[in-house]
Amino acid sequence: MSLADDLYRETILDHYHNPRNRGEIEHATAKVEGVNPLCGDELTLYIQLDGDTVKDVKITAKGCSINTASGSMMSEAVVGQSIEDVKKTVDAFKTMMMSKSGEVSLPEEMEDLEALQGVRKYPVRIKCALLPWNTLLEGIQTAQEEQKVKEAN
Amino acid sequence: MFDIQKVRKDFPILDRQVGGKKLIYLDSAATSQKPLSVIKSLTDYYENYNANIHRGIHTLSEEATEAFEVTREKIRQFIDAAEAREVIFTKNATEAINLVAQTYGRQNVLPGDEIALTPMEHHSNFVPWQQLAKEREAKLVFLPLTEDGQIDLAASEKLITKKTRIVAVTQMSNVLGTINPINELAKLAHNVGAVLFVDGAQGVPHLQTSVRELDCDFLAFSMHKLLGPTGVGVLWGRETLLDAMPAYMTGGDMINYVSREKTTWNELPWKFEAGTPNIADVIASASALDYLKDLGMDAVRAHEIELVEYAIKGLQSLGDAQIYGPLDATKRGGVISFNFKDVHPHDVGQILNDAGIAIRAGHHCCQPLMRDLGVMGTARASFYVYNTKEEVDILLEALTEADKVLGHVACR
Repeated sequence: MSLADDLYRETILDHYHNPRNRGEIEHATAKVEGVNPLCGDELTLYIQLDGDTVKDVKITAKGCSINTASGSMMSEAVVGQSIEDVKKTVDAFKTMMMSKSGEVSLPEEMEDLEALQGVRKYPVRIKCALLPWNTLLEGIQTAQEEQKVKEAN
Repeated sequence: MFDIQKVRKDFPILDRQVGGKKLIYLDSAATSQKPLSVIKSLTDYYENYNANIHRGIHTLSEEATEAFEVTREKIRQFIDAAEAREVIFTKNATEAINLVAQTYGRQNVLPGDEIALTPMEHHSNFVPWQQLAKEREAKLVFLPLTEDGQIDLAASEKLITKKTRIVAVTQMSNVLGTINPINELAKLAHNVGAVLFVDGAQGVPHLQTSVRELDCDFLAFSMHKLLGPTGVGVLWGRETLLDAMPAYMTGGDMINYVSREKTTWNELPWKFEAGTPNIADVIASASALDYLKDLGMDAVRAHEIELVEYAIKGLQSLGDAQIYGPLDATKRGGVISFNFKDVHPHDVGQILNDAGIAIRAGHHCCQPLMRDLGVMGTARASFYVYNTKEEVDILLEALTEADKVLGHVACR
């Protein structure tokens, strides 16, 4: 398959050219940074929790198309979800990306993410796709710790 | 000049296809391809005289030892060193640099001393010195670059002072392509009593190199960028310096006399070659040196200048391609780093891969330089003896395609 209809298929290019939830959250519950030393992808993820719900996620990133698109799709998928559901979504996405077998289908609301399956053929770039998701998990953990500290005060 | 089509026939890998397209290998600065003679030399050793060296009193061992030492002598000739015992085998150039940092460096760099580097060093000629400086409470000093990526010699003269113990510099930048004025830097270093360490990983495969003319004190390079197999690095050092240095790794082969209480070291070069070395790959390296000698290093260089000139012109004609380093092909080696519009170099690399073209994309193990250039990374095409102008044409065509798919995205 050639690139235009696979790795860089329309959905990815759309998210790359117009990344969703790009920017900063002024009073974020947590702000974490993710780096992929291999290719120099860098992103800063802002997360706003409301109790157990991910109220908002914003990303500023310097990265390749896969990294940018993956982060954009991720933010769309998880905003408004409970932390428990977010973790399930992350698991489902990671399972899809790490799967050695054929196509994996995701729940309907995550269909856009299936576009990233093409990346699996390029193992080096799976890391680009996973970076925003791993950073999100770190962000949730940091945000939860922040919340606990605030409650204790 | 050599017959390029004849050269290409010597490299079996150039016949392969990538994704249905003919392979166009433009990543020789990362590792070069190997001619059939090198590959055959490897199997010949394993099929006919595989044995450990330097100790067996039997024919196979003697044959292997001789072949191993023949490579050492050929390297001596290749870099015009005075003595073969100044040539030490390591596993790669990185190990050669670490060897000097950990032995000569530890012995000679004291708190308050300085080590001078350039911002264009590969991590392998940067991190070992950085760590040494940290350990010895010494200071790293960076010789500044001019706008087009050349060492500013006038400014360097002021920075290389009586405090400087080591000047470590690459012979040729793996990013900018810049060929550095080693001889002038040697003068600056020697004027203040410092030594000049040269990272020849990129330079030695592409430039006629004479350590005596360069007047450097150490030179490190690796055979795999020079048509040879992976796993063979070379450290050349002045005999007087090597003799005064403590051992690096200890163990078998590097000893002279061992008792329960103490050990004395073997003489050069074996003092620095502990354990069974990479015999097969060292032996096969001789075929790589022969191959380049037959082509002639002057012809290798002329071929590269021609390709680089052609590629730079082509890239410039594409419009917004930003090219890094000097634009004059005679001042740079066969490496061209560029960024295309606002496209991430990894995306460029991916699209080129679909056209069968192998380039390198990323920070090229030069993160500090990338920060200086204000980029995340660059795309890099690098050439060697087997590359052609037709391949450059295909590269330019594929870059135009990359622009169509990914271009015109605001830098984020």
